[in-house]
Amino acid sequence: MELDDWLRAALDDAERRGLAELQPMLDTLVRATRALRGADWNDDPTGPRDRPAAPDPLSNPS
Amino acid sequence: MARPLHLQPIADVAPLVERRELTAEALVRACLDAIADANGRLNAFITVLGDEALAQARTADGEIAAGRYRGPLHGIPISIKDLIDLKGIPTTAASRVRIGHVAAKDAPVIARLREAGAIFIGKTNLHEFAFGVTSEDSAFGPARNPHDPERSPGGSSGGSAAAIVAGMSLASVGTDTGGSIRIPAAACGIVGLKPQRGDLSCAGVVPLSPTLDHVGPMTRSVGDARLMYNVMRGAAREGAPQPVAAPPRLGLPRRYFLDRLDTEVRRAFEATLARLGDAGCVLEDVDIRHAGDIAPVYLHVSLAEAARYHAPALDTKPQDYTKPVRLRLELGRYVLAEDYLRALHGRRVLRAEVDAALAGRDGLILPTLPIPAPPIGAATVPIETGSEPVRSALLRLTQLFNLTGHPAISIPCGTTSDGLPCGCQIVGLHGHTLHLLDLAEMLEPHIATPAGTAAGGR
Repeated sequence: MELDDWLRAALDDAERRGLAELQPMLDTLVRATRALRGADWNDDPTGPRDRPAAPDPLSNPS
Repeated sequence: MARPLHLQPIADVAPLVERRELTAEALVRACLDAIADANGRLNAFITVLGDEALAQARTADGEIAAGRYRGPLHGIPISIKDLIDLKGIPTTAASRVRIGHVAAKDAPVIARLREAGAIFIGKTNLHEFAFGVTSEDSAFGPARNPHDPERSPGGSSGGSAAAIVAGMSLASVGTDTGGSIRIPAAACGIVGLKPQRGDLSCAGVVPLSPTLDHVGPMTRSVGDARLMYNVMRGAAREGAPQPVAAPPRLGLPRRYFLDRLDTEVRRAFEATLARLGDAGCVLEDVDIRHAGDIAPVYLHVSLAEAARYHAPALDTKPQDYTKPVRLRLELGRYVLAEDYLRALHGRRVLRAEVDAALAGRDGLILPTLPIPAPPIGAATVPIETGSEPVRSALLRLTQLFNLTGHPAISIPCGTTSDGLPCGCQIVGLHGHTLHLLDLAEMLEPHIATPAGTAAGGR
């Protein structure tokens, strides 16, 4: 979902539920989400990047 | 003049109890006197178990007199963060949402402490549902810092830290999801251990974010932390200190972690590094390449998981939450699944980078907090030439190791000119909490200043 659409939907929903105070917090969250989505470690299905795979901590429960 | 016994580490007091030079009852009464004196000001406890603790103490004294000494925790009063189940006692999580709850059984870590003979003196105050880092949003009022009651003790295990400093208990059991053991430990001047993820069971603990939740001890010394940790993991007779190969090698992640520090926190930390260097430690600069992504990764994991757990109560009794906690929980309900999954991937990347920084070294060293304890009610704090929201500042240096699972411990390392404690954080190799404790115990004489003993503050 595009973040601008997400933010509009979230703000409308918060307003409808009487949670207008969430607006500045949603603004902060969307900035964090933009940073998360822009991170260079995100997978790129358009072509493999030449970097080693990170180990999966879930395969090593310790 | 020697410090009163109820203000000393367990390791110094336990031999006296074993030799019957000190009774458990006397120790409990000293802690209860401290509670009577200072809890009204510090609000460290939600539930004080005076009668129960005295009964436990008399039982302990009888067992010890009969030659049935259980070990160093026998007859020692400890407190429990009110997020962790203690049989027959409410687990309030500092929230009206939990009114009427009574724990049916001990959490496993508590059962082990009970078996070891520890005495439970009460349930400590916390940030509601552990979803905060100042312990000020609580249905029972804010917990306060014994060094300055107008300041936060940190959180979310703030009541536990305050209780130890003020002599109300000799140790405590806390929880840590983004720093909630280490933050109050640093803010109050005690030791706080977040063990390796999975070392200690979180069963019987109200969850916040299961991917990030940890249980751990809060104590006056690293040795006491080791003692509590071994008992809590069911290995009371194991885990004795092992020598660390000299010289100890520590990685220092300067970029991001040391970029923005309070001037006095920086001074205390750099003085600590100097002492460690003089003691023969090898300090090497390391880099966590994606350190800038820590906060957004943590935010998406913690918000989404907390919102999932609280969704039923948010729908049926939202008014029973404190307003700030309710709003952050509601915020979590807007995190998209795709972004939560992105954050889990980011977690794997950060784990690999911390492992790489630790390769060939005994640990990492960094401050626990970039600022001293903030004033209660402050939304932002000044830091160097700017300001920062309190919440992000307090989480900034600790939350990474909840994401990666590495064990981490905070040790007091000096004070500001106002007498506010500063903390130094040592991070161990993944899966090696005992080696971290060995390293921390070796370094402690060069790091630590005595834990604060402010009995009620000024």
